[in-house]
Amino acid sequence: MMPDLGKYADAVLSAYGVSLLLLVLLVVWTLRQGRRARRALQEVEKRSKRDG
Amino acid sequence: MSMTEETPIPKRPSGFWSYANPVKFLGFSERVLPALCWLSGLCLVVGLIWGFFFTPDDFRQGSTVKIIYLHVPSALMAINAWFMMLVASLIWIIRRHHVSALAAKAAAPVGVVMTLIALFTGAVWGQPMWGTWWAWDPRLTSFLILFLFYLGYMALWAAIDDPDTAADLTSVLCLVGSVFAVLSRYAVNFWNQGLHQGASLSLDKEENVADVFYFPLLVCIAGFVLIFLALVLYRTGTEIRLRRTRALQAREEARS
Repeated sequence: MMPDLGKYADAVLSAYGVSLLLLVLLVVWTLRQGRRARRALQEVEKRSKRDG
Repeated sequence: MSMTEETPIPKRPSGFWSYANPVKFLGFSERVLPALCWLSGLCLVVGLIWGFFFTPDDFRQGSTVKIIYLHVPSALMAINAWFMMLVASLIWIIRRHHVSALAAKAAAPVGVVMTLIALFTGAVWGQPMWGTWWAWDPRLTSFLILFLFYLGYMALWAAIDDPDTAADLTSVLCLVGSVFAVLSRYAVNFWNQGLHQGASLSLDKEENVADVFYFPLLVCIAGFVLIFLALVLYRTGTEIRLRRTRALQAREEARS
């Protein structure tokens, strides 16, 4: 049940669309960066343990 | 006489300052992050759905009033993120805690996204209401300068190889940029006052009707604050891991 946004539908929908898209991109980018950093650290720690 | 009285154990930072220890900080953030993520998601979903679907139009602003649920929380966080970075930078300058400098670094991209959301939603709201996407009004201008400071801050971190030098210089930049964060803060306060008055007046001063906009807005603000905290905690953890990886790699290179 979409509310009737009247003549301002474009403004309201683009505000919600762009904002949510930016938030989602930020979250996805943050998680990807985090996972990559975790993996890289694990590898280096494993190597440094193995090599003493 | 007990052992501790005879041989004083080395003094360790306690309470708040103990989180300057990266291991302790990571442990703490792993513990609180799941709850923080769920809570921020819940607040955002409830607040935005409530605001978008279940609030009436304002008779003067029509449906554009729904933009308030994104614009006000994001503008608030854009400014507060800079203040958080300011506090973290000051802690770095004064106490030299690396976690603090990394927390400031981690907050900048979140702050810049909040600033972008505030600028964009402001523009699409301004167009139908003021008849212009943008006005060189002092408040809007100081907000734009804050946005540029965010970009400069991130560029400076990226441009300097030595992490301590980068932390020092970005801290100074953060201090300078705070002028514009303060300017935007006061400006936004004035503007919000005008906006809130307008909305409540347009609804015949019935306070219970003004609450119709106010409560979902509060939930959205809580959602934006919580998602900011969650993202900054997570990103600070990432920065700590990257720093440790680099340190271990440097040690490997020194050995070989």
